[in-house]
Amino acid sequence: MTGKTILEVKKLTATVAGVEILKGIDLTVRAGEVHAIMGPNGSGKSTLAKVLAGHPAYVVTSGDVLFEGSNLFDLAPPERARAGLFLGFQYPIEVPGVSNSAFLRLAYNTVQGARGNDELDPLEFDDYIQDKLKLLEMDPAFLERSVNEGFSGGEKKRNEILQMAILEPKLAILDEADSGLDIDALRIVAGGVNKLRSENNALILVTHYQRLLNYIVPDFVHVIEAGRIIKTGGKELALQLEDRGYDWVAEEYRAKAA
Amino acid sequence: MELVKSNYLDGLLPGETSLPPTPRDWLNRLRGDALDVANALPLPTTRDEEWRFTDLAPLYKTTFRRADHATPLSAVDIARFDVPEAGYRLTFVDGHFAPHLSVLDASAGLILKPLAAAVTEQDLIAQEHLSRYVDFHGDAFAAVNTAWLQDGVFVHIGRDVVLSAPIHVLFISTRGEGASYPRVLLVADRGSDCTLIEDFVSLQDAAYLVNAVTEISLADRARVRHIRLQRDNANAFHIATCGVKVGRDAHYASTSVALGARLSRVNLNVLQAGTGAQCEIDGLALISGRQLADTHTLLDHAQPDGRSRQMHKCIAGGAAHAVFNGKIFVRKDAQRTDSSQQSRNLLLTERAHIDTKPQLEIFADDVKCAHGATVGQLDAEQMFYLMSRGFSETTARELLTFAFAAEIVERIPVPSLVQRLEETVVRQTQTRTSQP
Repeated sequence: MTGKTILEVKKLTATVAGVEILKGIDLTVRAGEVHAIMGPNGSGKSTLAKVLAGHPAYVVTSGDVLFEGSNLFDLAPPERARAGLFLGFQYPIEVPGVSNSAFLRLAYNTVQGARGNDELDPLEFDDYIQDKLKLLEMDPAFLERSVNEGFSGGEKKRNEILQMAILEPKLAILDEADSGLDIDALRIVAGGVNKLRSENNALILVTHYQRLLNYIVPDFVHVIEAGRIIKTGGKELALQLEDRGYDWVAEEYRAKAA
Repeated sequence: MELVKSNYLDGLLPGETSLPPTPRDWLNRLRGDALDVANALPLPTTRDEEWRFTDLAPLYKTTFRRADHATPLSAVDIARFDVPEAGYRLTFVDGHFAPHLSVLDASAGLILKPLAAAVTEQDLIAQEHLSRYVDFHGDAFAAVNTAWLQDGVFVHIGRDVVLSAPIHVLFISTRGEGASYPRVLLVADRGSDCTLIEDFVSLQDAAYLVNAVTEISLADRARVRHIRLQRDNANAFHIATCGVKVGRDAHYASTSVALGARLSRVNLNVLQAGTGAQCEIDGLALISGRQLADTHTLLDHAQPDGRSRQMHKCIAGGAAHAVFNGKIFVRKDAQRTDSSQQSRNLLLTERAHIDTKPQLEIFADDVKCAHGATVGQLDAEQMFYLMSRGFSETTARELLTFAFAAEIVERIPVPSLVQRLEETVVRQTQTRTSQP
């Protein structure tokens, strides 16, 4: 595939509470591609996702990130969302008192409005959202509840993909999209994500387990450890990791470096 | 009866003449006792535990006088305060009953009239209940209100009578440096059911004083929903005490919203006097600028099997100061009481200030009590979540502030008030968060 470059990460380092978590990440993502980022707990997978989305607790200390050729760090988090970057949260946040329908419509109008699309009033949005709900087999009653409040783990994850569906990002980063899902919910979430893929957008899957990659097949698998990408391969690498764990990759990397 | 000129009444109300006697001796005696108490009680200061956080000095600087007559108003003047769901309305202008702005439809089992008429026409009920649920002996403001008791609202709901439409009581202040002493007495007989809305508003911007007392008695199995809206102007002083007695298996639900006044203090004292009594107490103070809003509540569980749930929220912007003091007593006999109290507070600026003090005193051994208090800024993870979906920081802040307030507002069982208050909240949170 030779789609145009959407994301270019160069020698990125970042800290949380003064501790360096990312120690020089290089990654290029082109349109049409699916990248899986795998690694043991604490390796920096989620940190990379949050740094790209602009979480205020994470401080970029060096390196560059270009999003469609422009400096991503010039954009505040809402501007990144409007530019087409989407983070699917590992633990979606509950927002009591804000109805899911109002939240989704405001998000749609903010992001799609910034791209020159017409804003939708509540009735129009209600029509628009029906197909998206079907995509994720979600009951319309979800719209009347407060954002994620009292949702089960699976419901929260489906609500994340619903947001991805209406915001139509160029790059979606899904952080542990499969954690807490039973096999039926996993099939629904993965099926929804696959239907949203196109040759114009790209996907980064941050995941601990290979299971999700049976449903959303990656073009590249990256292994991250101690804040660095230490190995990149095709989809077969994920199966090897499932069989053999992560230790051999780290040993191979250290042997090469020595 | 003459006022002794050595106390705070002197400062607050110089030149006030005593009221003409009423035709009822018991009422004349009650007023006389209250005047004696008002004259004897010292001026509350921040040295008093009950007034620790609320400095009344600004109140004492101004002289407030009762209006000897009501400013003439027409229906147009008060149209914006209309509550379409209400079946009845009593309007008071500067403390004076305004019959032409009131709707007192007759309804079987309901007596709804000005207190001045009720003290003669419903003499026995008025005498039995008036001044029984708010004790003025330790409360100078309640004593002054009682000493100056002239008129007010009288509601008596007969046994098993269910009132489907709310009663709207509108207190309008039209004069700078005016003082009014609103008084409400609601007597709900066994098994009755009603909704009372107390609404304090102003038609001008100068300072005035509202000193209100409300008394509510719920007999066995009665249900009362009580909504209190304090939207006085930003220079007003608003002091109020509400006393409620909840009988066996009766249910009292209160939602109190404080938006206005430079300085407001509301005391809500609920006595769960019968077995199985229940109450739900919700409060919201949304203030900014240099406003101070102080809420003191006391829930007294005196009998077994009672339940209470309380949620009080304060949102303070600008250099505003919110105070919440919530006492819960569970008496020795009040076994199997189930009580929860939450105080949640949101500071919108660094200059805003909130004092919250939940107090739990339990003398029974078989009880379930939960309480907690939080004071904070908006949740950083919620902010980031909204911003990651394209919301600007300002929009995210406004939305979360609105949601925080809406949880209380939406508990008001009157849709038009919910809508109007939510519009007010949107307006206030927008102007408030944009201020530095």
